[in-house]
Amino acid sequence: MKIIACIKQVPDSEAKVKAENGQISWGEAPLVINPFDEYAVEGALQQKETGSGTVTALCVGGESAKEALKHALAMGADEAILISDATLANLDTQAAARVLAAAINKIGGVDLVVFGRQTLDNGAGITPAQTARVLGWPMLGLAGQIKVDAGNVQVERVIEEGRQSVKAKLPAVVSVVQSIGEPRYPSFMGIRKAAKAEIAVWSLNDLGISAPAAIVTRNELMNPPVRETVVEIISGDSPEQIAEKLAEKILAEKVL
Amino acid sequence: MKTFVYIDHFKGEVQPASWEALGLGKSFGPVSAIVFGSSIDVIAKAAFEYGADEVFIADDSALKDFRVEVYASTLSALASSQSPELILFPTTTRTREMAAMSAIDLNSSVLTDATAVEVKGDKVIVTRPIYEGKLFEKATSSGKPQLITLRGRAFPKPEREAGRTGKITKVDAKTDALTTVEGYNVAEVGVSLGDAGVIVSGGRGVSNNPSLQPPAGLDEKQAEIWRAHQGFKLVGDLATVLGGAVGASRAAVDAGYIPYSNQVGQTGKVVAPDLYIACGISGAIQHLAGIRAAKMVVAINKDADAPIFKVARFGVVGDLFQIVPALTTAMKKKLGK
Repeated sequence: MKIIACIKQVPDSEAKVKAENGQISWGEAPLVINPFDEYAVEGALQQKETGSGTVTALCVGGESAKEALKHALAMGADEAILISDATLANLDTQAAARVLAAAINKIGGVDLVVFGRQTLDNGAGITPAQTARVLGWPMLGLAGQIKVDAGNVQVERVIEEGRQSVKAKLPAVVSVVQSIGEPRYPSFMGIRKAAKAEIAVWSLNDLGISAPAAIVTRNELMNPPVRETVVEIISGDSPEQIAEKLAEKILAEKVL
Repeated sequence: MKTFVYIDHFKGEVQPASWEALGLGKSFGPVSAIVFGSSIDVIAKAAFEYGADEVFIADDSALKDFRVEVYASTLSALASSQSPELILFPTTTRTREMAAMSAIDLNSSVLTDATAVEVKGDKVIVTRPIYEGKLFEKATSSGKPQLITLRGRAFPKPEREAGRTGKITKVDAKTDALTTVEGYNVAEVGVSLGDAGVIVSGGRGVSNNPSLQPPAGLDEKQAEIWRAHQGFKLVGDLATVLGGAVGASRAAVDAGYIPYSNQVGQTGKVVAPDLYIACGISGAIQHLAGIRAAKMVVAINKDADAPIFKVARFGVVGDLFQIVPALTTAMKKKLGK
C-alpha cells in the first residue's frame, strides 16, 4: 500500500507568538513539525506495519521545512518530498490543497493520504477535506482509528456527539485525531537515517501547475486584548468557609 | 447582502450555534436558512421562529446520515443556482469539512472560527483566531459566495418567536456518495465544550491527592491514573451541579488522565464559557490562549505563583481535593439542587 503523510512546519506550540509591525513573530522558538501531523505520520506508519507498503512524507514549505520532513523520516517514513517554490509565498488553504493534490497525482498509485486534524498556525482544519475534494476522493475526517481491508478503509470518526463509523473505497483521504495513538519517538537509527536521507524537492513546474491564486487576504494582525483582571484571592479558616465565600462571589457576578 | 445560513444538526438535534449564525445573518438583511437531512420539518419550523425569512430544505433519505461529500454537493448546487453572497455556518466537525469542500466546488474560500464578521459595502471582514488564539487576523475573501464558519458563543442567540413562518423552497439532494456510514457510538458524551456556559477543568494537579490509597496490584503509572480519575470525579461533580462541561489541560490529557476530546487550549477547542473554573491547572501559554474568551475565570491551585492566577477573577491558593468538593456542596445548596 502506498501511503502519503502530509505534514507542515510551524512554530513550536510553546512559542510566544506576537504581532510585531504587522508581521508574525515567534521569537527564538524553533520551527517544528506541526504536532497534529506527528499523529498523521504515526497513523500512516501503523497502516504500513499492519499491512505492507511505503510511507512518503509530503510537505509544502521553504528550505527549512526539510527539518520537519526529517522528523517524519526519523519516525520511520520511507521517503520525503518537499514542494518548494518561490511563487508559493502567500498560500491560502484552497491553494495549498490544490498543490498537495497535484503532488499526490504526480506521485501516482497512492492508496491512502493521511493528514493531521489541523495545523497550529492557521488552525482551520480544512486542507484535508479540500485536498480530497480536488482529488475527487472520499474524505474520512477526524479518525481515531483506521482499518484498511481488501481495498476499503474504515474509520472511527471522533465528532462532537461521540463516534461515527464510516467506510469508503481506496484511494481515500483521512485526517487523524490524537486517539490514533501517541506518535513514536524517532529512534537513534531513524535519526541517523534521516540525517543522510536525500529529500526530493519539487517545484510547481515539476508538478505541471502554475501557482493557484490565493482567494483569502490577511489584512490585519492583532494581538488579543490583554485581560484586565486583578485576582481576588479568597481565603478562610476552612475549605468549607472558603468554598462558601467563593460560591457567593461567583453568584454575585451573575455568570451562572 | 444576500445571506444564507446553514443549520447544522446531529440526528435532528440542532447545534445551538446555528441559531447564533442565523441571528448574525439577520443583521445583514433578509436571511435564508438551509436545512439538510431526513424528516427535518421541525428544524425548518424552528429556523423560521429564530428569524429565517426563507428556508431551503433538502429532505431526502440519502441525507439521513451526514456524509460530507453528499452534503457539500447539495450545498454547492444550491449556491450555484441561488447565488448568495454569503453563507454562514456554526463551526462544527461537520461544517468545517462541508464548507471546505463546497469552497473548492465554488472556487471560493472558507474562513473558520470567526469571532467577528463585519460587512462594509460589498466587503466582508472576518476576525478569527490563529496560532491557537495567540493572535487574531482580519481577513477578506475575493471568492463568491464567501463561506464563513462562526465560533460558538461568539454571537448572540436571537429570541425565538413562536409561530413565525415563511417560505419553504425544496432542494434536490445530490447522491454522489463516496462513503457509507456504518454506525454511531454516542453514549459517552455530556455537554460539549464549545457550547458550554460553564466549564470546570482539571490539570495535572488532579492526580496529586496524597490521602488516596490506590487499590493493590497497580503499577506506578496505573496508580497515578487511578488517582487522576478520582480527581476528575470531583471536577465532574462540580461541573454537573453547575450544568457545565468537563475540560482538561493538555498536561492532563498527555498524562492519559482523560480523553483528548476534553482538552482545552489547543486550536479547535478554544472555549468561550461565561464561567471557567480551573482546578490544578498551572496555566501554560496555550491553555491561557484557549480560555481567553471566557467571561470569568476562577482558579484553584496550590501554587500561588501559577500563571493561571494572572487571568483569574477569583482565586483560591489551596488544596483542590478539599476546595472543589466543598465548592460543589456550597453551590448545590445555593442553587437549590
